[in-house]
Amino acid sequence: MCLSIPVRIESIEGSEAVVSINGAAYKAGIHLIDNPQVGDYVLLHAGFAIQKISDHEARETLELIKQMKSPF
Amino acid sequence: MKYVHEYRNKELSQKLINKIHHSAKGKYTFMEVCGGHTMAIQKFGIPSLLPPKIKLLSGPGCPVCVTEKSYIDTAIAYARLSNTIIATFGDLMRIPGSTSSLELEKARGSDVTIVLSALEALKIAQNKPDKKIIFLAIGFETTAPGSAVAVVQASKARVKNFFILSAHKLMPPAMKAIVDEGVKIDGYICPGHVSTITGSAIYDDIARKYSLPCVISGFEPLDLLQTILALVHQVNEKHSTVEIQYARAVQPNGNPKAKAIMKQIFCETDSEWRGMGNIPKSKLVLSEKYQQYDAEKMIPVDVEPTISDKGCICGEILKGLKTPLDCKLFGSGCTPENPEGACMVSGEGACQAYYRYQSQTEIT
Ligand code: SF4
Ligand code: SF4
Repeated sequence: MCLSIPVRIESIEGSEAVVSINGAAYKAGIHLIDNPQVGDYVLLHAGFAIQKISDHEARETLELIKQMKSPF
Repeated sequence: MKYVHEYRNKELSQKLINKIHHSAKGKYTFMEVCGGHTMAIQKFGIPSLLPPKIKLLSGPGCPVCVTEKSYIDTAIAYARLSNTIIATFGDLMRIPGSTSSLELEKARGSDVTIVLSALEALKIAQNKPDKKIIFLAIGFETTAPGSAVAVVQASKARVKNFFILSAHKLMPPAMKAIVDEGVKIDGYICPGHVSTITGSAIYDDIARKYSLPCVISGFEPLDLLQTILALVHQVNEKHSTVEIQYARAVQPNGNPKAKAIMKQIFCETDSEWRGMGNIPKSKLVLSEKYQQYDAEKMIPVDVEPTISDKGCICGEILKGLKTPLDCKLFGSGCTPENPEGACMVSGEGACQAYYRYQSQTEIT
């Protein structure tokens, strides 16, 4: 029940956003995040967006791993 | 999302795996407390990629698994009342209560409806004013803010027939209880999405007082490998601090809006956990001001006496003392189709994760 998945906000109506999951439209509560915008990636958990996902941080983590010096 | 496939990159994974093998000097036991992690670890076959000296244990991180039997019995008792509708996440349907399950009650004619969110339950209440809608509010810090939003909305719209039966639990008290019980671990793989809400400070105590490294992890193979490497490093260097590996979704101070609404409507109380007994201040219930939405306070019901499990060792598995393979019923008397205990019912339960992905892990 508690899998959280990253989804993209497609449109916003009041305090609900329409997101698409595998092509199907789904409504998500956006009461818990600040300033939601169409195009934002958010984590969806039990019907609510619980956080925006940072592109920047995602890229940085990957960069860190790439640059990691392997002893082998 | 856009980066998912990159977080599954084979080359980068190999790099991390090599590094872990190179860095692992002693023996290490790490516990993942989140059911989502248990599932990902089994699915991607992480244990088979690690040196044998690193052992991973699953903890009490699936809200379905830790929900006590008496809660299911109470939900069933409510389902049997004539003017109620039970609104529940699907996962609770098949959890065995003492003598029945919600699925069985539904088949017998009770009104039990599956919802995907607390707001959906509230909408049912608004559409059916002559019925009492009881939402089975389970889950950790991740799910509790959603229940809080529904209660606040109900209050704003003056809805009188919406109630919650709270089993919302808190993660840190359980993490401490495990160490207090004497389970030997060297570090925690901390729940990613709980931390999205709470931020990282909730683990400070565990890192400091218990001297246990804590790393908040994402759910992709690269995330988990990077987390394990960070834990190995901390143990090697005799450090114990809280690190955020899952920085793309976890801010150090969490989600302030979600924290505020939880604080507004809930207060903490002691709670039973399946197999783990009573843990102080580990559950959220509605505070005084919102009691009119509390099913237990507002709707009296007779609950049948709880009958304890026979043979099922979920409790010990949740405490990290045993693995599903130690259970005599695993795979024979107990399967996802015919579950004996909660850990086999939930998609994030340790028993189901082992059952589904067993062939990949080739447990010895
Ligand atoms: S995401 Fe949260 S609620 Fe879900 S399994 Fe992990 S810890 Fe539990
Ligand atoms: S395999 Fe089934 S009976 Fe055994 S501990 Fe897991 S859920 Fe319980």
